[in-house]
This record gives sequence, structure tokens and C-alpha cells, in this order.
Amino acid sequence: MEQTKNITDRDIQSLVGNLLRVGVYLSMGIVIIGGLIYLFNHGNEKINYAHFDLDKVSLKTVAVIFSEVLTFKGAAVIQFGLLMLIFTPIARVLMAVVSFFIEKDYLYVLIGLIVFAIIMVSLSGGFAH
Amino acid sequence: MSIVVFTLIVLIGAFLAGFLGSLTGLGGGVIIIPLLTLGLGVDIHYAIGASIISVIATSTGSAAAYVKEGLTNMRIGMFLEIATTVGAILGAVIAVYLNAAYVAVIFGCILIFSSLMTLKKKVDHSTLEYTSKSAKFFKLNGSYPVKGVDTPYAVKNVAGGFFMMLFAGTLSGLLGIGSGALKVIAMDNIMRLPFKVSTTTSNFMMGVTAAASAVVYLHRGQIDPGIAMPVCIGVLIGATVGAKVLVKAKTDKLKIVFAVVVTILAVQMIYKGLSGGF
Repeated sequence: MEQTKNITDRDIQSLVGNLLRVGVYLSMGIVIIGGLIYLFNHGNEKINYAHFDLDKVSLKTVAVIFSEVLTFKGAAVIQFGLLMLIFTPIARVLMAVVSFFIEKDYLYVLIGLIVFAIIMVSLSGGFAH
Repeated sequence: MSIVVFTLIVLIGAFLAGFLGSLTGLGGGVIIIPLLTLGLGVDIHYAIGASIISVIATSTGSAAAYVKEGLTNMRIGMFLEIATTVGAILGAVIAVYLNAAYVAVIFGCILIFSSLMTLKKKVDHSTLEYTSKSAKFFKLNGSYPVKGVDTPYAVKNVAGGFFMMLFAGTLSGLLGIGSGALKVIAMDNIMRLPFKVSTTTSNFMMGVTAAASAVVYLHRGQIDPGIAMPVCIGVLIGATVGAKVLVKAKTDKLKIVFAVVVTILAVQMIYKGLSGGF
């Protein structure tokens, strides 16, 4: 009994480890591609970040980023990559929930779902205003 | 300044921040923020947004390795993530209403505290007294490999650790940093975990914690692709190189030199905050 439990725990660890690694590589790859497009198209323009301007920013919701990324504008591709990076640890939470479910550790299924719910409420934008 | 020049400067600065952050154990976030605000005159709102992204990148990257080695206690991590994510969102929401000057002053204080913590000699508080009822209920007691031998440890004061994590999460969300120093206090001193377990589990939780506040910042428009791009690429590469060097180098002297530099930066942040520079 103890033996099978250990094997499952190790399996979860290796699965989660792989997910995190792939998530970081993939999203950073997208950010780099977006960065190159951005620099190629806008590299010589002047910028000023001295004052935070709420009206200047447009790529700030998941829906907008997903629709804008198809235009292949540099900024949108970068933002898409950053969003994938944000999603990586969130996906990890979900994966752990599934693993704990298979392991029949329902207490941790619940705990994982609570963490996921907290982030989802935040992602829906309810706290930003 | 043109975009190309700005990107290159930030990329180099972020590389150094990630490199030194990983060598000293401070983390890249606490260094990139003063660099962007004091060095390049970037508004602190953008600096925090970019920094929180770099925290996700570095902590997720290193967590991948630790989890596979079996050092991370995933149950403790997931359990405490309830506290850190609630805290992180709370912190990010407070940041919306708080004057940038106050944020800078709080940041400076945490920076000084964190750099002092890196100098402190670490004492192992781990224990085998299985007395905590909640640790048993939440199945937090665990074991980790020490030189290939599976070594058990007991967890104490779960409630105390949970509240400390709520605080750590709030500061992480407010300032855009990983607040590893506070997380380790919660797990080392309060819950009595062995070092290797507490540092790796803290790292494991950082990604989710940062993601929770990052979505608030995203909706606020504080994550600007032009700044976040060079920051996260630079910090991640710097931290990866730093981790490789760390295995070979003796970092005791470097830590002292670095603590002094960081304290000077922190004092500048506080001064600029108090004198209305933000």
C-alpha cells in the first residue's frame, strides 16, 4: 500500500516538473519571437515610461490578447507569451488536482480547487477596478 | 530614448538582476525594480508589473527541477497557496489605491529586511515531534532525500505558518516580488521545515502566487510588453547562469558586498519616496 502511494507521488512530481519546464520554454519562446517582431517594426521609435498612463494600454484582457495575437503585431505576440507564462503555474494547480483525484486524496483535490477558484475569480477581472 | 536602446539596457540590467538575485538568494524581482525606477526613470507601476512576470519565469523554471528531485513538499505548497494567492490578490488590489510613494517606501524596507536575512546564518529548526494535529489532518508531514536516504520531518504550528504566508502573499502582490525571505521564515522558523524543503517549496509556491497578482496587474494595464519582454528574458537567463555559478563559487563575501549595495538602493528608494520623487 505504502509502496504504490509512493510511486504515484513520484509520478506526480515528474509530471508536474515536466509541465513547468515545457510551459516556461514555450512561453519564453513566444515572448522572444514577439520581441523580435516588435523591435523590427518599432525599434527606432521613441518611448517614455516615466508616467503610468491607464489609457495608453490596450492589451489587458485575456479576450483582447487572444484576438490581437492573430494580427502578429509584436506587442500582442509578447503579451500572448506572457499570458502563457502566467497560465503555466495555474495549469500546474489543475494538473495536481487531477493527480490527487487519481490518488483518491480528496482533501487535496478540494484544496487545489480552492486555489484554482481564487485565481479564476481574479482572472475574470473582478478585482482590477 | 529609442526602443532598441531601451530594450538593450533593460535586457542587460535584468540579466545582472537575475544573476545576482540567484547568487545571493534574494531573487531577481527585488533588484530589477530599483534598477528600472531609479536607474531608468520608469514609473514604479510598470516596474512592478514587469517584475512580477520575471518572478513567475524564474520560480517556475527552478521549481521544475526541485519538484523532480523530490525536495518539494507539494501538499504543504498547495495548502499554503490558499493563503498566498488570497494575499497576492489583496496586495495587488491595495497597490491600486496606494500612492506610489508609499509603495516605494514599503519596498525599500522589505529590501533592507531581505538583504539582512541573506546574511543571517541559517539554523536548522527541523523536528521529529509529530505533535501538530492540523499537520496530521492536512497530511503535511513528509520526507525528503538527504544523500540518497529518505529522511522524515514533522511540521509544527500550521496556523502560524498560514498567517505568515497570507502576509508574504500580500507583500508579493503589493510590491511585485517573490517575497521568498518571508516565505522561508514562515516555513523554517514557524513550521520548522528543513531548509531544503522550505526553500524549494517556497519556490514552488511563488509561481502560483505571482500568477494570482499578475492577472490583477494585467487587467490594470501595468504589464507593458515593451518592458516586461526584456525584463523576463534577461532575469531568466541571468538566474539560470547564476544557479550554475552558485554550485562552484563561494558566495559568503559576495553576499556581504551585495547586501551593502542593496541597502544603498533601498535607502534611495525610501528617500525618493519620502521626498515625493514618485
